[in-house]
Amino acid sequence: MEKFGYAQSQKFDTYASRLMPRKEYFTSGHRACQGCGEALAVRWVTKAIGEDAVIAHATGCMEIVSSGMPQTAWMHPWIHVAFENTAAVASGLETGFRILARKGKLAKLPKVVAMGGDGGTTDIGLQALSGALERGHNFTYVCWDNEAYMNTGIQRSSSTPYGAMTTTSPPGKLSIGQTTQKKNMVAIAVAHGIPYVATACPSYLFDLFFKVKRAIETPGPAYIHVLSVCPTGWRSATELSVRLGRLAVETGVFPLFEVVNGKYRLTVEPPKLRPVNDYLKIQGRFRHLRDKERAFIQRHTLAAYQLLLEKCGASYPEFPVISETEEESE
Amino acid sequence: MGHRVGMEVSIAVSHAVQMARAEAIAAYPITPQTHIVEHLASMVANGELEAEFLNVESEHSAMSACIGMSAAGARTYTATSSQGLALMYEILFIASAMRFPIVMTVANRALSGPLNIWNDHGDIMAARDIGWIQIFAENGQESYDHTIMAFKIAENHKVLLPTIINLDGFILTHVVEAQEFLEQEQVDKFLPSYHPRFTLDPKRPVTMGAFAMPEMYTEVKFAHEMALRNSYDQILKVWKEYGDLSGRYYHPVERYKTEGAKVLLLIMGSLAEVAEIAVDELREAGDEVGLLKLRLWRPFPFQDLREAVNGADLVIVCDRALSLGGAAGPVMAEVRSALYPLAEKPAVLGYTVGLGGRDIQPSTFKDVVRLARAELAQGPQQEFHIFGVRG
Ligand SMILES: Cc1ncc(C[n+]2csc(CCOP(=O)(O)OP(=O)(O)O)c2C)c(N)n1
Ligand SMILES: [Mg+2]
Repeated sequence: MEKFGYAQSQKFDTYASRLMPRKEYFTSGHRACQGCGEALAVRWVTKAIGEDAVIAHATGCMEIVSSGMPQTAWMHPWIHVAFENTAAVASGLETGFRILARKGKLAKLPKVVAMGGDGGTTDIGLQALSGALERGHNFTYVCWDNEAYMNTGIQRSSSTPYGAMTTTSPPGKLSIGQTTQKKNMVAIAVAHGIPYVATACPSYLFDLFFKVKRAIETPGPAYIHVLSVCPTGWRSATELSVRLGRLAVETGVFPLFEVVNGKYRLTVEPPKLRPVNDYLKIQGRFRHLRDKERAFIQRHTLAAYQLLLEKCGASYPEFPVISETEEESE
Repeated sequence: MGHRVGMEVSIAVSHAVQMARAEAIAAYPITPQTHIVEHLASMVANGELEAEFLNVESEHSAMSACIGMSAAGARTYTATSSQGLALMYEILFIASAMRFPIVMTVANRALSGPLNIWNDHGDIMAARDIGWIQIFAENGQESYDHTIMAFKIAENHKVLLPTIINLDGFILTHVVEAQEFLEQEQVDKFLPSYHPRFTLDPKRPVTMGAFAMPEMYTEVKFAHEMALRNSYDQILKVWKEYGDLSGRYYHPVERYKTEGAKVLLLIMGSLAEVAEIAVDELREAGDEVGLLKLRLWRPFPFQDLREAVNGADLVIVCDRALSLGGAAGPVMAEVRSALYPLAEKPAVLGYTVGLGGRDIQPSTFKDVVRLARAELAQGPQQEFHIFGVRG
């Protein structure tokens, strides 16, 4: 994969129109909320997938906004079965195509892609996903991580970050909101020993686009974890969705990297990390947090980032100054 | 044509699946289904069956993968039992609503709890309303025959519904029986390769599994209901064609010594063979008792049943499952409501027998007949009976 570092990624606007495919596979007319980062991600992921592919999708926001009978936003052959079984459906598709090709009934093997939300992936669908990764199917799994069960009304998932307010992790007299740390789904995928794992975010379209391409071309299972900003669930301004994705990367909250055959590499390297609060303070879901929790999140973010840098063998960027008491570092 | 073999019924079923040239199998082990899938795995491993055998990590994933395989366009088979069927439950409805012609053997076994690996019909009765075609086999020959026929029924473009063949766990699946196999050429002629109506094909992209708002859902379910009801004609056609081929003809409601019978036993599955012995003995003693065997459970053969009970005063339904706190065992409730519209109808009494592998002898059925007659004479005392509860 070409390296689109931080500097290049900032120049996206200059390249975009000419280098990216014009053909749309996820059409307009779907019912996603204004500013939906997931819809933006789907649009560009499907472009990267290109022709000759079939998609299995989990129950969740994206399925609901895009497939109300008798309409569809999907130009790919597309199947939705249930919430927790998408990796198993994709396993069946891949297996079915394989035997038909072997028997000479199918000229060309279509690429198989599975898609699901963070709930459908990290919680209820984890078993099916683990099974599919372990069996080594030639498919790509894309997780739309908007950090909660958004379709059912913003309930917490194991991918909801520490401190976030959701309808089932509400802050109150006795609680700061979500009390657990976000599940490290990427590490779980890597632990299956699969050839390609990556994080991505539609705020970095080139990075996202080429990672998907690479995942699709990699024989065997590939897993891509896409941070998908959700203004409705995150209580953020709809025009800030792309900005928020960038801030997630620039603060080190959601680093962009890939793991090729077990080898980690940062694909976007901010030369300097911003204070986490730059990311937190423009989201209503973190509004209730006190300095104490913000500082805790800052420390935790840097510690996790350092671990990742070590795995990548990357040099340290400039870190923000941490003080126990500071409220905002800007 | 055809040749006789003696083998365990599970193995015969795996041979039927092989002769049907199933292309994709996804399964998860559970007693007493295991022998079927183990033999299929070995056939695939040895190149005796050109298919993919997918070792999924659960039955939920088995059914999900079967949907994927079928959507890809492959002839798809699986087998399960009890807890495995229960774990599939959610996906079973979706497979039929999406009209995938998956064929599944259910080796009927009691549901937990308490855990019990032995035979009754609790598993399939809990999945009664899944919208699949559901057939019960009585012996090894029927298990083999119906497995082959199931593919032809399910894949018929006028049907396109998944189909379950029920086999009693252990007492049928693990029994060694003599049976007659068709020749491969006969099966190939009877069951040509699968031509799906729709697949997920990049050249003809379709969306499968779109969700339905209240203004669509009723119509989609109505279409599903009509498809299942209308499958009846096609099922009978396939059974007739197979009968002409094999000499073995099957009917939705099978009758055994029902001529002139005032009392009819009714049962599903392999215990019918035990009931036959009881009927023989009763008849020898001059008692005019007959036996009905319900083969086709879904779609329910209302008309066949109404004709079959004609002239009887009493139908004793021997359920193999409970509907706890409900009207009766599931079969009895169904039979009674099927007969209710008749102007002249027999009394219907329910005796649930053989739960969780409780042994059933010919004497059991004779006892049931005696108890039911007494009950009829004094008027029913309770909704139904669980036979043989030890005090
Ligand atoms: C077995 C089952 N349990 C619960 C649900 C209800 N449900 C539908 S979508 C959803 C949440 C989806 O969350 P996620 O996977 O994160 O996707 P998102 O909607 O956030 O994109 C839930 C809980 C379901 N459809 N099936
Ligand atoms: Mg979500």
